[in-house]
Amino acid sequence: MTLAREFTKGFWRENPIFRLVLGICPTLAVTTAAINGIGMGLATTFVLVCSNVVISLLRKFIPPRVRIPSFIVVIASFVTIVDLVMAGFFFQLHKTLGLFIPLIVVNCIILGRAEAFASKHPVMDCVADGLGMGLGFTLSLLVLGSIREVLGNGTLFNVPAFGPGYFPFLVMILPPGAFITLGFLLALMNRLAAQKPS
Amino acid sequence: MRDILRLVIVLTCICVASAVALAKIYDLTKGPIAHQKRLEVLRGIKTVLPPYDNEPDRDVVKLPMGVDKKGEEIQGVFYRARKGGRLMGVAFRVTSPEGYGGTIEVMVGVVPDGTIHGVEVLSHLETPGLGAKIDEAKFKERFKKRSLSNTTWAVKKDAGDIDGITGATISSRAVIKALKEGLEFYRKQKAHIVGSDG
Repeated sequence: MTLAREFTKGFWRENPIFRLVLGICPTLAVTTAAINGIGMGLATTFVLVCSNVVISLLRKFIPPRVRIPSFIVVIASFVTIVDLVMAGFFFQLHKTLGLFIPLIVVNCIILGRAEAFASKHPVMDCVADGLGMGLGFTLSLLVLGSIREVLGNGTLFNVPAFGPGYFPFLVMILPPGAFITLGFLLALMNRLAAQKPS
Repeated sequence: MRDILRLVIVLTCICVASAVALAKIYDLTKGPIAHQKRLEVLRGIKTVLPPYDNEPDRDVVKLPMGVDKKGEEIQGVFYRARKGGRLMGVAFRVTSPEGYGGTIEVMVGVVPDGTIHGVEVLSHLETPGLGAKIDEAKFKERFKKRSLSNTTWAVKKDAGDIDGITGATISSRAVIKALKEGLEFYRKQKAHIVGSDG
């Protein structure tokens, strides 16, 4: 029961983007298209699950005073692994996301989960937490990326979404569009959360 | 003292383990990454040259093409494409640091007399929806069959022969200038580049 709870909290109650507002830098930067959002989200999920597992396993071995450097080494190693594997096997995606992959290291969600959750809970809980948080993050990026791609480029997953008469609302795929979309989504989520009896 | 020793030992263990893991992954992905990079170069060459049957990336001439901002020499690599042993064309990379968002890298293919057969944008950081249109077929087509002798290499706005992109004159100028300089270099060094086939 608790496993399911740890898993689902990332989607709504503690959604990293819309509820915790963590990891906003990659969120704003990569969501110019739906596919980028998915790629970045899944790469982050992989790093998050792996680092959660390792940190959970080592939680009794790591003295509290060196926990942050230890977490960073573990996280940075997994990010480098993702970077290399992606370059070798998903070259096109790597070309688009290349610049942002190394930035996963400093994504607050990962260090945040390591510190707040993985260092205090057993392995299975940490897998559920990492998967839930990661997929919640992926889903948020997908929503943002889809909205921006449809409005800003007139396509969804590179398939034209409107007739040829549609004139793309260019600002949506430029940096201001990221802030505007995130702002509206945050407002919407807050509204929905306020209506729900807590 | 014992306490500090423990911190050092734990951190060292974690770092060593991560270094070993990374070395292993690097080793495993080295091959695929090199292979992908090579495919990428070949894809570029193929789009800018007439059909060929050799391996142009194994039939190259390297010449110094000036110096970059740091004063280091830029090596120009000239890929020679042949069919039945006869030289069909030469592909090479030209770069312009004068793009709106950063350096623009273009692969250009010329037939032996120095007329452009095709161009392909390899990388750029131009604004999506504006300068990024340099990567659209409509723009790249405009350079086909152009040479130093039949074209005034500037946008129409600057009394040249080439249609720039509306709203992205800086990007258009950067590409045109890079191509022009590339063609001039080719003309000057033609004897070295085409060798005995010239």
